[in-house]
Amino acid sequence: MSLIRCDDVSFSYTGKTVVSKVSFEVNQGDYLCIIGENGAGKSTLIKGILHLKKSSSGKIEYGDGLLANEIGYLPQQTISQKDFPANVKEVVMSGCLNKLKNHLFYTKECKEKVQENMELLGIADLSKKSYRELSGGQQQRVLLARALCASSKILLLDEPVTGLDPIIGVHMYELIRMFHDKKNMTIVMVTHDIPGALNEASHILHLNGEQKFFGLKEDYLKSEVSTNFLGGLAI
Amino acid sequence: MNIIIEMMSYPFLVRAFVVGIIVSICASLLGTSLVLKRYSMIGDGLSHVGFAALAIAYPLGIAPLYVSIPICIFAAFILLQIKESSKIKGDAATALMCSGALAIGVMTISLTTGMNTDVCNYMFGSILAMSVNDMYISLGLGISVLILYVLFYERIFAVTFDENFALATGTNADFYNMIIATLTAITVVLGMRMMGTLLISSLIVFPSLTSMRVCKRFKTTVILSAILSIMCFIIGLVFSYKYSVPTGACIVIMNIIVFIIFYTVEKLRESR
Repeated sequence: MSLIRCDDVSFSYTGKTVVSKVSFEVNQGDYLCIIGENGAGKSTLIKGILHLKKSSSGKIEYGDGLLANEIGYLPQQTISQKDFPANVKEVVMSGCLNKLKNHLFYTKECKEKVQENMELLGIADLSKKSYRELSGGQQQRVLLARALCASSKILLLDEPVTGLDPIIGVHMYELIRMFHDKKNMTIVMVTHDIPGALNEASHILHLNGEQKFFGLKEDYLKSEVSTNFLGGLAI
Repeated sequence: MNIIIEMMSYPFLVRAFVVGIIVSICASLLGTSLVLKRYSMIGDGLSHVGFAALAIAYPLGIAPLYVSIPICIFAAFILLQIKESSKIKGDAATALMCSGALAIGVMTISLTTGMNTDVCNYMFGSILAMSVNDMYISLGLGISVLILYVLFYERIFAVTFDENFALATGTNADFYNMIIATLTAITVVLGMRMMGTLLISSLIVFPSLTSMRVCKRFKTTVILSAILSIMCFIIGLVFSYKYSVPTGACIVIMNIIVFIIFYTVEKLRESR
């Protein structure tokens, strides 16, 4: 049984179909990159996987004991976060939200987990700093730490390297790779960075209003879709 | 200090103090979330709806709080339903609600009691407005707002910072948005008659914007804004008593002064 399984899923906004007929599955240990042009429906699909948006048809299922609220989600940053007065620790702590259950405040275990994840991502010394004063790369690491607090199984990343310095972006990929390789986490990533995606991923899902390709990266590179899309981009 | 003791000898001023302080605290706590979620205008919208509700309640002889609180909660619910995707955007909807409710209120007043000093009191507030009964209701509701806020603090923070993430981790963000809106509606109605329809929203936006100038943590932002809010209220009330000027306006002017001070501090810090 796969972790996430999408069966002929379509999404629409106010009656207009954005993306249709998407079928794929994500298995434990996969590294899936979802690529496609702007408006291809990538972020919509991510929202659908998280049940933030209802599909207009088709089914999205979780398997292998994965619960809907156990997905570590790294969303794109919102405008209001730019001037948000919160320190790093508060933000990372909010990743433990799904462990609150009936508690009103975070337990000691949560606090330990927060500390552990901050150290893992090298932001422990920033813990008292204000989120809005950090650089883009640091903010992204804070949000990644928060996602890790929410899940130790699967990370869902929406454009994790967009807007980052190339060098910082490479570092971000290294971190994600570390979670994939060492912690055996499953990764699903939406990205604009095609070379990055082809470098890192084990599987590729190519969208353009509909599903153009899903399968192993090696097969994708041989496929017609990739030749048309990449236009002979040297890998 | 003498002047405060002197003021305390008037029962209506004691009531004004009690209700004012509790409303200031509630407004500043909720205000932090509202300002950060880009809902700053919600207080304005709700207070105008509250004005219309008051105007209708008076000639009918019903206690105004009983009418305006449910109506305001309903209005808050509608405002929250209007999200980015809807055809009329949130700010436009708030503007519609403001002027629409004001028109209904003014029309009702002129058809029933007639335009008189009452209208002025509704608009700009009056510290004489609080009856003993009102004070108890305000106290009860105000304290419940505080308790609910503290109980749901962690969740309110998460929903304020990143609604999508909170939703993805299985938090019912709509429910907490609704809680914030309901608590805001109650707070606005409670504070409205003292501060006035046109000025109550300042209690929501000023203290939190002021404390955001200097605070790095969400928790300290919330606490500092509550302290500033109480401070401005007390100084404003004393000042208005001493010089016989409108209370609501005094409190807002105090808030403006404090805001300018904090803004300057922020700029000085940045330039260093």
